[in-house]
Amino acid sequence: MGSMFRSEEVALVQLFLPTAAAYTCVSRLGELGLVEFRDLNASVSAFQRRFVVDVRRCEELEKTFTFLQEEVRRAGLVLPPPKGRLPAPPPRDLLRIQEETERLAQELRDVRGNQQALRAQLHQLQLHAAVLRQGHEPQGEPATWMTFLISYWGEQIGQKIRKITDCFHCHVFPFLQQEEARLGALQQLQQQSQELQEVLGETERFLSQVLGRVLQLLPPGQVQVHKMKAVYLALNQCSVSTTHKCLIAEAWCSVRDLPALQEALRDSSMEEGVSAVAHRIPCRDMPPTLIRTNRFTASFQGIVDAYGVGRYQEVNPAPYTIITFPFLFAVMFGDVGHGLLMFLFALAMVLAENRPAVKAAQNEIWQTFFRGRYLLLLMGLFSIYTGFIYNECFSRATSIFPSGWSVAAMANQSGWSDAFLAQHTMLTLDPNVTGVFLGPYPFGIDPIWSLAANHLSFLNSFKMKMSVILGVVHMAFGVVLGVFNHVHFGQRHRLLLETLPELTFLLGLFGYLVFLVIYKWLCVWAARAASAPSILIHFINMFLFSHSPSNRLLYPRQEVVQATLVVLALAMVPILLLGTPLHLLHRHRRRLRRRPADRQEENKAGLLDLPDASVNGWSSDEEKAGGLDDEEEAELVPSEVLMHQAIHTIEFCLGCVSNTASYLRLWALSLAHAQLSEVLWAMVMRIGLGLGREVGVAAVVLVPIFAAFAVMTVAILLVMEGLSAFLHALRLHWVEFQNKFYSGTGYKLSPFTFAATDD
Amino acid sequence: MTAHSFALPVIIFTTFWGLVGIAGPWFVPKGPNRGVIITMLVATAVCCYLFWLIAILAQLNPLFGPQLKNETIWYVRFLWE
Repeated sequence: MGSMFRSEEVALVQLFLPTAAAYTCVSRLGELGLVEFRDLNASVSAFQRRFVVDVRRCEELEKTFTFLQEEVRRAGLVLPPPKGRLPAPPPRDLLRIQEETERLAQELRDVRGNQQALRAQLHQLQLHAAVLRQGHEPQGEPATWMTFLISYWGEQIGQKIRKITDCFHCHVFPFLQQEEARLGALQQLQQQSQELQEVLGETERFLSQVLGRVLQLLPPGQVQVHKMKAVYLALNQCSVSTTHKCLIAEAWCSVRDLPALQEALRDSSMEEGVSAVAHRIPCRDMPPTLIRTNRFTASFQGIVDAYGVGRYQEVNPAPYTIITFPFLFAVMFGDVGHGLLMFLFALAMVLAENRPAVKAAQNEIWQTFFRGRYLLLLMGLFSIYTGFIYNECFSRATSIFPSGWSVAAMANQSGWSDAFLAQHTMLTLDPNVTGVFLGPYPFGIDPIWSLAANHLSFLNSFKMKMSVILGVVHMAFGVVLGVFNHVHFGQRHRLLLETLPELTFLLGLFGYLVFLVIYKWLCVWAARAASAPSILIHFINMFLFSHSPSNRLLYPRQEVVQATLVVLALAMVPILLLGTPLHLLHRHRRRLRRRPADRQEENKAGLLDLPDASVNGWSSDEEKAGGLDDEEEAELVPSEVLMHQAIHTIEFCLGCVSNTASYLRLWALSLAHAQLSEVLWAMVMRIGLGLGREVGVAAVVLVPIFAAFAVMTVAILLVMEGLSAFLHALRLHWVEFQNKFYSGTGYKLSPFTFAATDD
Repeated sequence: MTAHSFALPVIIFTTFWGLVGIAGPWFVPKGPNRGVIITMLVATAVCCYLFWLIAILAQLNPLFGPQLKNETIWYVRFLWE
């Protein structure tokens, strides 16, 4: 099976990094993104760790970078993205980067300050000039300022006037009485402002030079410092071994990547002339889950992980979800036209996925749709298929094959003359009359039903039964997937004590319901339609052990079979409830009895003597994923096990009933979609198509009507109904399907990587 | 209007989805995605076949027929048949 079936094997590795090469090794590991470091200094606060000084320096540098970035933004420029591969620089380079950045920042600050001062001066001069000019001719400046001419005598009044003008933040300029003097002052001002403008121009040229240097330095600098900080933070998680003069790190690494890891360590430490090693150590904690996906499977794995990342090495529902999710969506969305639109939209996104413009788009809603493009593609494709089966294309039925119902035969045999038809507005075709029903439509629902007034009666019955059948099949599949978990984790007793009773309960009751449905479809004919047995009443009577005389039996001895099945199913409940706990308790007691004899031998073996941090456990194949071992057996608490099993039993049995009913949402949503679609057609397009006998009128009117139809189709039927069906299909997977086998209590392997900064 | 057999569609579709779901997996080229592609083929075949089968079985022995308006009856009778 492909690697998506369950998580890859992930091992705990211990890395010995000689101090000289530690930085380079970790930097290389960050480039590769293979391992997830475990924090060995969790009890130490961030301020007491070894590399806190370096981290501090990086952070200060980042602050300067932020300032520079802000300046660049204020100048209206855009930072170019960094080009090429930029590895984390060696520690000695940090000083150089720091100096350069500080210098640039200081220059920038100075130049900015000068520029602002000059601008203020210029503004003052211009105001003065404007005031003076007001005396001569009105200028075309937008007059947001009011100019007052204040003449006064005497110093004291002058001071008071000054105070008043200061209060109102007025600009005060001397106004000379003689016109020539004023003209002279104006000329002088103009000269001054010209000079000032030249200086200002120079300053701004210098500013753009500095900004140019910033644009060159900043993008690579930011990436490098970011990586450096990440490396130091990772190094802070290692424990220091002074005796060996090296750092010891523990990391989770996929077993498949171990050779690559060792090679990377070897290469990067060889430059320094030392050697870093990594070796696998046993571990008792649950490893993280790693499932490799490509761009197609990533979105499906994403929707499974959104509910919960799988426990280490439990069965992954994602490969099945690739098909069942779009399929259940399509059952609720089934329409050829809408499916085609969705498919084409997704196809456009898929074909354009490598274009840089598309990848760089920042709009979040677009990003959401874009990331799910393969999901939409499959959803659209399956919707086209289910649309053909439901025989709905924008709510219109298509007659690919001729209908299997003959109106002519009914009319001829029942004497439906034109007069008779004129009197009766509604008439029903009777399948009992020969020649009326000529056979089931070979692909999908017969198109005659779209013309019928009682088409919902037929469709509801069909869709409800379809929902139950699909639901029981889906849930049974979920229970069967649990078998793989039980076998893998070495809990074979659960096969007999849980899976078998669960399957018997589910199939004995609801599988039997499916059987009744199919039997009735095959074996109950229209000849005795009036007395047709009701499955619902049979099912209810099955549980109540009662009998309705008016309800015909479907097959002889039906009541005996039903009684047997109910008794069998009820008998499964105590097995489910008590089977596993009793077995576990029995096994525990057996081990306890054997234990005193074994204990001596265990102590002599001394397998618990590993000196390194946080590693003291057994490692054997049966340990691989949480089977009980000796340490845990001692803590087996009977009441806990029984309680856990009781909850599981109640959840399963009640869940069988409620989950089967929950699948009826497949019927409900497909009905809603069909009805919305039909209403939109009847209220919009049909009115447009029926307008006017003259060709010209209809053609012109149809354009806005079709526009309205298209907009509402996309907004209501594609977006709203699509989101709704998506959500319900997701719920069916997360709850009804996955609670049969999936625990989702794991955590993902999040490797130490710089990948987020590189792109 | 036209007599439809039941056996013929069953044979055709069973064969078709059988080819997709049972024979198809043998032809998937070896590669890292082989398991996923086989799972997809089998799941598609099962889902689509089951869905089609339910649709045709539901119409095999109808217990009641469509209720039509008199205009529809007139139209279908004289223009379709």
